[in-house]
Amino acid sequence: MPGAAERGSELSEQIEAFVSRLRGGGQRPRSEDTARQTLSLLRKIIAHGRWGWAGELMDLIRTEGRRMTAAQPSETTVGNMVRRVLKVIREEYGRLHGRSEESDQQDSLHKLLTSGGLSEDFSTPYPSLRANVIEAINELLIELEGTTDNIAMQALEHIHSNEVIMTIGYSRTVEAFLKEAARKRKFQVIVAECAPFCQGHEMAVRLSKENIETTVMSDAAIFAVMSRVNKVIIGTKTILANGALIAVSGTHTLALAAKHHSTPLIVCAPMFKLSPQFPNEEDSFHKFVSPQEVLPFTE
Amino acid sequence: MLFVTVPSPQAKEKLQATIDNYLREKIVLAAEAISKSAFEKINDNDVILVYGCSSLVNRTLCDAHTQTDRTFRVIVVDSRPRLEGRETLRRLVRHGIHCTYVMINAISYVLPEVSKVLLGAHALLANGSVMSRVGTSQIALVSKAYNVPVLVCCETYKFCERVQTDSFVSNELDDPDDLIVQRKGQAQLGGWAENNSLRLLNLVYDVTPPDLVDLVITDLGMIPCTSVPVVLRVKNVDQQ
Repeated sequence: MPGAAERGSELSEQIEAFVSRLRGGGQRPRSEDTARQTLSLLRKIIAHGRWGWAGELMDLIRTEGRRMTAAQPSETTVGNMVRRVLKVIREEYGRLHGRSEESDQQDSLHKLLTSGGLSEDFSTPYPSLRANVIEAINELLIELEGTTDNIAMQALEHIHSNEVIMTIGYSRTVEAFLKEAARKRKFQVIVAECAPFCQGHEMAVRLSKENIETTVMSDAAIFAVMSRVNKVIIGTKTILANGALIAVSGTHTLALAAKHHSTPLIVCAPMFKLSPQFPNEEDSFHKFVSPQEVLPFTE
Repeated sequence: MLFVTVPSPQAKEKLQATIDNYLREKIVLAAEAISKSAFEKINDNDVILVYGCSSLVNRTLCDAHTQTDRTFRVIVVDSRPRLEGRETLRRLVRHGIHCTYVMINAISYVLPEVSKVLLGAHALLANGSVMSRVGTSQIALVSKAYNVPVLVCCETYKFCERVQTDSFVSNELDDPDDLIVQRKGQAQLGGWAENNSLRLLNLVYDVTPPDLVDLVITDLGMIPCTSVPVVLRVKNVDQQ
């Protein structure tokens, strides 16, 4: 059918564009935008892609997912969204196949121990699977929209009057969190600027516009001022399987300083930042930027 | 001791001689002595981390490079807004020492490969705390977490009877406008003075608690941080 072939090539064009945007670097994209784009792209693949049964679809998603994660390994939200979509497909298939969800969870642990492998081969084709999966992905997209607001709603429980809060760099989740609390409570914020990009400056300007008393200081003063801080609230790039964080450079120092002064450290992160990976070696997750920012080539 | 009965010009001469003596012994020779004992601590294939610009530390590293044939490399850590590390970098590179330059937020990345940390000090307080350029306490803290020894080089004239518990009390504030930076042709913090809710804080010094420092190298020898009050007492007895 010419229509399907057209759609197929348009789809691969879109995937190519997404992959090259990921690889391109440049302006660091919002994690939420990346997650949403990944989900929309996967939804298009499911809607227009050529597949007959669930197993084929999962292989298709896996290949495309591998391609996308290979483009920019440090952008873990892509991989996380691909894994969620695969889980959605498995669930929908299971539902159509006639198994209820509770018995699925009960049986799976027992099955893991006794049969020693996945006994599902996902080969039975169901015509309504496509529509069901797309509906589930739409639900995921709606969930994605509301994450920042859901996190911000809990702000009043954690921030109290006359507290001094410390943060580092620029996190939009933390900005929303603090702004929500500022509507009812009066507190102060200290922002560590995070050289050389100095994202902390932008965060401070935005917070001060909401009439929150903000102070900007250099990263070198983190330990010096920590004795006056009541709480540390930060955002992160990824949360790894053992609870470790991949966050902006300087966060480890902030965490150590908070531990030394026994100050509570709160991390605000939406669910698409949770990743099942482990930190195998220290070096595997690092992202380096041109040293031009730190010491210009003219010196 | 000068007695009131000594005639005026002689008294002046005596005083000048004492001052010159003090200058030579406690300041000039002390620097040489500290450098000599400090570079004994530098071993072959060492990776040494330094922060900011300290004349003692620079001298130690340059002497170690020229007077011994040990190979070592240096990681220079720097921080905004003063960027004193660039001066250190310039001096060391001119001497031919292999250097790496990082900003202070990268220390948790470089510390696993560092064998020791050499820091300078502005003052040593009576409870053993080290008062130094802002950022030094952070380096000591993270080094402790990675089990890297922290050595502080300090002459005895910098020992002081004051006690300070944290870095906020009696600190110096530098020009806050130094924090403003131009990125992509725009300074985010440019209009900070008009904004009532926005303040900039530019601290100059900070205080490192004594449990984060492993050794202090002085012209009287290598002492732990907690021996500072003893040295002060001895100095006072000397001067009387």
